Formats: sequence, structure tokens, C-alpha cells
Amino acid sequence: MAAPLVELRQMQKSFGGIHAVDHVSIDLNPGEVVGVLGHNGAGKSVLMKMLSGALPRDGGEIWINGAQATINNPRDARDYQIETIYQYLALADNLDAASNLFLGRELVTPMGFLDDATMEAETRRILARLNPNFRRFHTPVAGLSGGQRQSVAIARAVYFNAKILIMDEPTAALGVQETRMVAELIEQLKSEGIGIFLIDHDIHQVKLLCDRANVMKNGRLVGTVEVDKVTEDDMLGMIIAGKCPPSGIPGPGAIE
Amino acid sequence: MTDTSSAATAQPVKPRNFFAALEIDTRLLGMVGAFILICVIFSLLTDGRFMTPRNIFNLTIQTASVAIMATGMVFVIVTRHIDLSVGSLLATCSAVMAMIQTVVTPDWLGLGLNHPATAPIAIIAGIITGLAIGAFQGWLIGYLTIPAFIVTLGGYLVWRNVAWYLTTGQTIGPLDKNFQLFGGINGTLGQTWSWIFAAFAIVGALYVQFNARRTKVKHEFPVKPVWAEVVIGAIIAAAIIGFVAILNAYEIPTARLQRIYAARGEVMPDGLVAGYGIPISVLLLILVAIVMTIVAQRTRLGRYIFATGGNPEASQLAGINTRFLTVKVFAIMGALCALSAIVASSRQTFHSNDIGTLDELRVIAAAVIGGTALSGGLGTIYGAILGALIMQSLQSGMAMVGVDAPFQNIVVGTVLVVAVLIDIIYRRRTGD
Repeated sequence: MAAPLVELRQMQKSFGGIHAVDHVSIDLNPGEVVGVLGHNGAGKSVLMKMLSGALPRDGGEIWINGAQATINNPRDARDYQIETIYQYLALADNLDAASNLFLGRELVTPMGFLDDATMEAETRRILARLNPNFRRFHTPVAGLSGGQRQSVAIARAVYFNAKILIMDEPTAALGVQETRMVAELIEQLKSEGIGIFLIDHDIHQVKLLCDRANVMKNGRLVGTVEVDKVTEDDMLGMIIAGKCPPSGIPGPGAIE
Repeated sequence: MTDTSSAATAQPVKPRNFFAALEIDTRLLGMVGAFILICVIFSLLTDGRFMTPRNIFNLTIQTASVAIMATGMVFVIVTRHIDLSVGSLLATCSAVMAMIQTVVTPDWLGLGLNHPATAPIAIIAGIITGLAIGAFQGWLIGYLTIPAFIVTLGGYLVWRNVAWYLTTGQTIGPLDKNFQLFGGINGTLGQTWSWIFAAFAIVGALYVQFNARRTKVKHEFPVKPVWAEVVIGAIIAAAIIGFVAILNAYEIPTARLQRIYAARGEVMPDGLVAGYGIPISVLLLILVAIVMTIVAQRTRLGRYIFATGGNPEASQLAGINTRFLTVKVFAIMGALCALSAIVASSRQTFHSNDIGTLDELRVIAAAVIGGTALSGGLGTIYGAILGALIMQSLQSGMAMVGVDAPFQNIVVGTVLVVAVLIDIIYRRRTGD
């Protein structure tokens, strides 16, 4: 079997005397959605921030496509085609979709002026693929629904050829219908061979979207399970009690 | 282009009505409407004196100084800051330029009075002064994270009195002859050059319009119907021609013409009539408006200014250096204060201690009446200029009608608050 897309080995991070992430090892394959679950403070966001370069790690190794990677800041992560979609939609509300998609990476004409027309054309192209119902290209994104806003954020990651996507509770701010739309997007990205780490609280959601799930508790990995082989109650047991079901692979944080 | 994307661009949607087809910003229409209303009311009250070429000419030169600064205040307010120091900064720039013209170049450099190099030296020094002070205030705000309100409130006191110190409180004048060309009535283009300017402006505006349409067609975006483009082009051309015609219609008094000819050593032909044309200060304002609009809409700097105003955290995550951006915004504001200082001091032909007093409030009011939201992220350059024009029209109209001074300020203050209220209601209705 080929090397996984991403392999995090023995990742560590401490704040003061607290081990926020304590020797955690997980992996991700192309075209796979892997959940990262746990209570608030379980260390799941910290683990993902070390992958996205937003936080420096104390120890551990990141391997991408079978080679060890050097990721010390967000720009390094970007070079490995790792993009992050943040929990609180990181868009400038007063700008339109194209301006947000290209924010910080604008296309310019040879004279150095913004090439808004090309940026809009590219935005229409990518959004037609992700969300064919998206029509409002000239209104500020503040006027869009949560789902449409999230598709702009996702388009940003996809346009710049993300191979590895980190989604930090992408549906936390969305309604039922919009959540379904994001779920469809995730399915679509998955079919295109993009690997996705999905941080989520909602077990139902994880069961629906993910192939595998990692559960963390107090900074340690409780275990890794294939979501089809366990029940929601099994996963709840992992999160609350730290008890790994027989079908899962227990981690260092599992109780005996 | 795939099938889905051309479906998304869709065929030209049938416009709901005449104005929708023209795609004119309704807020712009509202402001122009308010301005026309003010003009009509004052014309009726003054038996038409308000709308004479002479008064319109005066309105434009009275508006120039505040309008130039208001374009910079748009950037400041869009990035969620405020600048209370612009009037004082104007005074410092004016003092620096006045001292250079009356002391440094004639005496220290030994160039004498009215040397051709005097005005350029003074202007460059003034702009550097404004730029440096603005950048310094921006650094205090962006890097040391002192609130802009506090930094510029301090600046309000500091720069007003730096100006006083530089001039030892004296009125400095008369200013250099060439420098005074920026003062309005003392420097105009004349009829011929005004018409040439109009021709260039029309060609330029139509080219921009044509180019925008061509780009849209190239990318298969929906475009306006051709008749709508023609209507807009005609309105723009008519506005430019009308504006220049009015300024040209303000005739130079015969006695003054005779003096001009006498100064050149010529004899004035009998029955000669000449109009003032476009004042150089207004030309400067037009230039500033064009440059600032391009910066706002067509450059990364402008995009980042608006993005940061809309969501500072998102902008930082996108890799924008918001601290340095703050320095740039206040530096631009400072440079514009220097330009306004040129216009303001040359208009009164001398530097006085109280120059630019209360301008900070007029400038902020102009930007806000023009639709700039104090919550950040929203504002337009043309709006701020129209805001300045509306305030100046109200003020000078009331003065012509003979409204008592206290009532003038009461009305202007009320208009400011009502204008913002209308804007809030409008935004709530349209949802943008």
C-alpha cells in the first residue's frame, strides 16, 4: 500500500505544564475524510494548528506523501498545499466573492492593477463546480447565506489546489439545509482525491461524512475507528470515558 | 468555459426598470438629488443668485480644501480609525510652506521673492511634512496600538501649536506669486484650456466606459443594454460640458482684465470678454479624486484597506500586514492635508494662525454624509466629495439668504445627523 497523504507521528505540544497534545499519531489518505473528535480542550484544534503551521510544535514529525515535511509557519503549510477553513468564517463581509477568494493572492494586470474581471471569471468557474446555485457575484458576502459564504471559503482552498484540507467545524455556524450543502461539497472534494481532516463535535455528522475517526481526550489519542464498524454510542464512550471499542485501534489515551 | 458556468453567467436579465438598467448606484442618485434640491431651494430664495456662474465658481473653490482631505478620511474611516488632527496638520503644513516661501528661499537661499523655484520647493517640503507626520501617527496607531482617537486628539493639540511656534503666531504673507495660483480666483485655466480639459475628460471617461464593457464581453459577463451605455455616456459628457460652460461663463471683470494686459505690457482690445474657467485648485481636487478612486478600486492597497475594514482578523489570516497598512493610510491622509494646505493658504494669499480650524469636523462630516460608515469597510471617494459639496452649498446658501450664524451651524449639524440616519435606514432596506 502506498504511503499515506499525511502522517503525524508522536506530535507534542505543551502550554505551561499542560500537555495539550501528548504523543499523538494519526494519518490521512487521499480521498479520505478523517474526523478528529473530542471535548473542548481535548487538543484536536491544537493538533491541527501544528499541521497548518499556525502553531509551532514541541516534538513529533509530519510526513507528507512518504517524505518528512518541514512546516514551521502558515506559508510552509501553503507550500505543501495544505489549506485551512476556519470555524468562524474568515471572510471580509463587505467584499464580494471574488475579492474574498483571492484575498492576499490577487491577480494583477501587467501594469500592477487588480484584474477584477479575470478574478471574477475564475471565481464563477470554481463556484460553478462547487455550488452551481451560487449566483450573487456582485454583492458583498455579508448578504449571502451561511452556506454560500462557506462555499466561498471552501472555493478559496480548492482554487489554490489544496491537497490537504483542514476543516475546523465547518458547519458550526450553519442551518440544516446549508449543512447538507457543505456535506455535499465535502463528498465532492473527496471524490477528487483531496484528503480532509474534519474537526467536529457532532457525532452524527462525523458518522455521516467521515471514513475514519480519531478521538482525543486530555491531549491523548483514545483510538482510531472506522465509523461504519462502530455505533454512535461507541464513539460517545470514546469521547466521554476514553474507552476504545474492540473494532478500533486503541491509542495511548485509551483506558484498559 | 463549461456548460455550468455559462448557465451561471446567464443571459441578460430583463431589467426591472429604467434606473436598474442603467446600473447607477442609488446612493449616488440620492446624494445628487439632495444636492439639486439644495440648489433649487436656495435659487428660489435668492431670486436665482445662488445658481449664477459666479456663485457656483465660488462654491467649487470653497469646497476644494475640505473635499481633498475628505477623500483621505474615507480610507481612515474605512479601516475603522478616525483622524481628528487634519485641521491642525493642515496648519503645520501651511506654516512650513509659508516660512519656506517668505524666509528660507528668499533669505537663506538668497533667491529673493517670487523666484520660479520657490513654489515647487515649498510644495515638496509641505507634502513631505504631511506625509511624515501622518506616517508617524499611523505608526503610533498601527504598531504601538494606541487608539487612533487618542493619537489624533493629541495631534490636534500638538500640530496646531507646532504651526503657531513655527510662525511665532504671526500671519505670514503675502505668499509666492506662483504658489498663489492654487488659490482659486488667482489661478484659473481660462476658457480655451478649460474646453481642452473638457474634451480630454470626455474622451477619457468614454474610454473607461468602453473598456469596462469590452472586458465584460470578453469574459462573457452580463452587460447593460447598449442604449443604457449610451444614456450614461451622454449624461457624463453633458455634465462635464455643463460644468466647464458654467465656470467659463463667470467673466473676469474688465478692470481686472486691463490690469492683466497692462502687466504683460500689452493693450487690451476693446470689448474683450474673457471667462475664468476651471480654477487650478478644482483641477487639483479632480486629480486627487481620480487617483484616490483608482487606489480604492484598482490596487491591492485599496483592496486591503477595505478588506481590513470589513474583517481585520480575516485579513491577517490572508497574510495582509494590517499594521503597515495603518501607517500607509495615515501617511496618505497626511499628504492630502498638505495638498489642502496649499489650496487653503494660497486662497487667502497668506498663512494665518487659525487656518484649517474646525476642518477636522467638516472633513469627517463630509465623508460621513457621503456614505462612509464609522463601523468600517464602507465608503466611496465620490461620496465624500459630494458630501463636502453639499455641506458647503448649505453653508454658503444660508449665508446668502441671510440666515443668522448660529442657525447656520444648527442646520449643518442637524443635516449631518439626519443624513446618517437616512443612510442607516437605506442600508437596512436594501440589505447591503
